[in-house]
Amino acid sequence: MAELADLPHPPGRYPLVVVGSGPGGLQVSYALRRLGVEHAVLSEDDAPGGMFRRWPVFQRMLSWTKPFTPFEHRTREYERYDWNSLVADEAEHRALMPALMDGSSYFPSRPEMERGLASFASRTGIQVRYGCRWESTLREGSDFVLRTSDGDFQAPVVVFAVGVAQPWKPPTPGLADVPHYGQFKPVESYADRRIFIVGKQNSGFEIASGLLPWARQIVLASPSPTRLSVNTHSLVGVRARYVQPYEDHVLAGGVVVLDASIEAVERAGEGFRVLTQSAGEGGRRLAFEVDEVIAATGFTTPLRDLPDLGVATFGQSRLPAQTPYWESATVPGVYFAGTATQGFAGLRKHGIPSNSGAVQGHRYNACVLARHLAETRFARRLPRPRLRPEGIVPFLLGELTRGPELWHQRAYLARVVSLDPDRGVLDEGVLPLAHFVDAAGPDAVAVTLESNGKDDLYPVAYVRRSGQVGEVEPMPPHPLHEFEGEEYVRALTGALAPIVSPTLSRL
Amino acid sequence: MPVQGDVVNTIAAFALFADLTGPQLEEMAHVLDEAWFQDGERVVRQGFRGAGVFVILEGSAAIRVNGVDRATLHAGDYFGEISCLLGEEPVADIVAAGRLRCLVLPGQQVETFLTAHPRVMFRLLQGEARKLRNTTRWLS
Repeated sequence: MAELADLPHPPGRYPLVVVGSGPGGLQVSYALRRLGVEHAVLSEDDAPGGMFRRWPVFQRMLSWTKPFTPFEHRTREYERYDWNSLVADEAEHRALMPALMDGSSYFPSRPEMERGLASFASRTGIQVRYGCRWESTLREGSDFVLRTSDGDFQAPVVVFAVGVAQPWKPPTPGLADVPHYGQFKPVESYADRRIFIVGKQNSGFEIASGLLPWARQIVLASPSPTRLSVNTHSLVGVRARYVQPYEDHVLAGGVVVLDASIEAVERAGEGFRVLTQSAGEGGRRLAFEVDEVIAATGFTTPLRDLPDLGVATFGQSRLPAQTPYWESATVPGVYFAGTATQGFAGLRKHGIPSNSGAVQGHRYNACVLARHLAETRFARRLPRPRLRPEGIVPFLLGELTRGPELWHQRAYLARVVSLDPDRGVLDEGVLPLAHFVDAAGPDAVAVTLESNGKDDLYPVAYVRRSGQVGEVEPMPPHPLHEFEGEEYVRALTGALAPIVSPTLSRL
Repeated sequence: MPVQGDVVNTIAAFALFADLTGPQLEEMAHVLDEAWFQDGERVVRQGFRGAGVFVILEGSAAIRVNGVDRATLHAGDYFGEISCLLGEEPVADIVAAGRLRCLVLPGQQVETFLTAHPRVMFRLLQGEARKLRNTTRWLS
């Protein structure tokens, strides 16, 4: 066992501290190091992996990594098909997941996911002080002091990548006495039992799917109707992997999916009695006699004492309220990475949320955040590649067709090109769309992909002209998602005409 | 089930949800997402597609047309419904005036939601009637 003195990042003052060694913490640390931003990384775990060291219960991810695609594994374009690897600038560190998977499924197992994260940390040389538990937080001038099990860490900027994985149960009478999703027992112990699952999100349906060959009866209940991702055209709703219990329900096969409020859970002999009331006409009341009750009722963000410091939170998951660059909306200097970045929802166009709650979404947030921190907090001026004016449209259509950031963070991250008479035409990189549409700046265009919950995804451009940003008429979807044809060239050229022509005349 | 108990208690006092039973209020707290905005943040953007209907839980918001504030909305008020009902882009920005907490219903779910909850639809219709009456008085 390493002596405390041998561990990286001893207690002390740093320009920046990252808390967490799950995918969010590892990705932001990698990106900060690439940009030359000195920082310390602390984790209470003893190895990388975050929540994937424990969950999901039934051991397989909901996110896929496709081994065979039109693109080579070590390319940026492949990231569109690989939802699980962390992202890197160097080809040799990209797409680590496919090589670690045994090929039996394109949804990696939990141990495969954990190995992928550990492999990324070790190959890229990310230094984490493991076994160092953040316990409390203080302000000291413009610094934050993190009290930890190893001593005090001080920094003016802290990035918390602590996940949204703290089990949460609503205060329903009796529910406190039943196990949460995270306390699921070995599946064999549910053989021939009647199981009541509170909650109809993915975690509830995951448990129900695993119990199908074992349980005598399964009831899934919550107040609102079940939504399926195949119907919402997004990750909103139950994923196709877990829809089997729903089919059993609609075919009357022994699973009950109920839209009802859970009024109380009572002890009844060796088992439980669950009292429910429907929200429908008449408010039908039902009582279920069951052997087991499981609360698949969600998770919260383990922010410890940050709310006492003024960090505002909202919603059932107690997500920290954030700016478009994932800084606490109420305590400057506190930033977030990983799944907690859901706390900035973006434009919520058509009600479709970002994918910030999953690796394939928040890995890009971390890269954008690292660039933002490097420029705004550490006085780095990062290069903006210059484009030829005639190259703007092909460049942006190429990004719309193959850019993984836009594919995974629709209507949330955007590729931005600015047109300035003094600086010329510059690729500003990937930015939060909400920042682009609400912030001042030179004439510019941002492109992103969007979904409206019913049609195939489609490209959209936002044009800033003389300080005003407008949304251009969306471009049509394409059955093969190829947005580089003549139709798209015409549409984007037309959208850009008001800013390109005046800029060119002044260049 | 008192999920998001504070949300249920808060909306129980709103005119829009005045006719709902306890389980129906619980359902609202499940179906509608919660959103949080900082001072000055745009909640609805004039001319942008894909907005939703927002119900203010806490805080205030300004109705801003072409950069000019026209009115202020408070807890229990809702906005965004006109563009959702008409399938058109909003004709005003809605801007948080201080910290703002809302419930959100995506635009494409509005029709299904209202037809499934006729008492909410009736209350919303009453609200629209009041707005029309006030506008008529103002014009006359």
